[in-house]
Amino acid sequence: MPVQDMEKIFQDTVDREVKIEPLNWMPDAYRKTLVRQISQHAHSEIVGMLPEGAWITRAPSLKRKAILLAKVQDEAGHGLYLYSAAETLGTSREQMIDDLHTGKAKYSSIFNYPTVTWADIGAIGWLVDGAAILNQVMLCRTSYGPYARAMVRICKEESFHQRQGFDILLTLSNGTEEQRAMCQDAINRWWWPSLMMFGPRDTESTNSDQSMKWKIKRKTNDELRQQFVDMCVEQVKVLGMTLPDPDLKWNEESGHYDFGEIDWNEFWAVVKGNGPCNKERLEARRQAWEEGTWVREAAAAHAAKQQSKKQASAA
Amino acid sequence: MNTFPRRFFYGDIPGDNTGGDSTPTSTAAATDWPLWEIFIRSKQGLDHKHVGSLHAADARMAIENARDVYTRRLEGVSIWVVESRYIHASSPDEADSLYEPAADKIYRHPTFYQLPDEVNHM
Repeated sequence: MPVQDMEKIFQDTVDREVKIEPLNWMPDAYRKTLVRQISQHAHSEIVGMLPEGAWITRAPSLKRKAILLAKVQDEAGHGLYLYSAAETLGTSREQMIDDLHTGKAKYSSIFNYPTVTWADIGAIGWLVDGAAILNQVMLCRTSYGPYARAMVRICKEESFHQRQGFDILLTLSNGTEEQRAMCQDAINRWWWPSLMMFGPRDTESTNSDQSMKWKIKRKTNDELRQQFVDMCVEQVKVLGMTLPDPDLKWNEESGHYDFGEIDWNEFWAVVKGNGPCNKERLEARRQAWEEGTWVREAAAAHAAKQQSKKQASAA
Repeated sequence: MNTFPRRFFYGDIPGDNTGGDSTPTSTAAATDWPLWEIFIRSKQGLDHKHVGSLHAADARMAIENARDVYTRRLEGVSIWVVESRYIHASSPDEADSLYEPAADKIYRHPTFYQLPDEVNHM
């Protein structure tokens, strides 16, 4: 069958809202886009453990420590669901990890910002996870079956992350003057990077059109960003804090909040590797992988030994 | 043009690529641990259901990892693991010949039969 016909059948399937599964024919570009997007998403979950992991030993109470441990463990699990989904497209786990370590693959730029106070853990949960959830809820309906299933699983768990973050900030906002200041400072530093998480503006985003047609994405970067702003403006009132944007204003006509211009120079600088923590994050990942080599080898050797013992006793 | 994945996962593995021999069929990543498909029984009395996959050196590690990855919130009371390459699956190309014949046998469904009201709860 000519490729054009295959492509038509593929697009018809997508248009009928029937999921694409690993063995179905798909255009090369669809496969490549998914591998790039899903592996990037997986790397983000894994690298995302680093800024939060830094606070596990310094959490202010045993309860907060246990919660943060559980959250970071969830991120590891989310990374794994996503790596598995990407592997169904024909790439290998090792290849993806290699691409991350050599800098070929990207991860969400948000994790290149430092976590300097405990309030940052709250701000990450509320804003960063909040932004991620909007994207992930949309992706539960993505056209590729294994990706959609991974997203459903992730969304069920992600809500806890956002709520625990808000809970941290709420506690700080009811605390001393210093604690309130710490809370506002964290919001000030994480607000703009969180808005950048949705990616370039629709007019600049090269991947968006095709991804919408293939129903990989269901909403554009700007739609999701607007949804996020509208949501946060209401939530920040509960904290008695403010968002660091003088241009934030209700627009009667559009029914949404207008907001100020994102610093796109900063966005591209961090994407290109010049954020505050890019080098530190990648180095930490590489080091963890290298120092774990002996564990992987020992486990493989142990498995081989058990296997040969079993065969010997069967013979 | 690469129209099919070189490796087949998530149970979508056509029979000619598997068959339960002990040599790995994949050469894509010789150093990755084998892939395992994970099935979880959510409570006594229900079937084990496929939930996803993971890499592990052996069955024991696969079960231990599945416990950490797939049952962190009381999702299960029992875990099955099976190495992905031992799973046989039908091919999407055969879908018409395999499943289409059932489409015109609507008399297999109880709703096909219109019975008098007095006995319609049958």
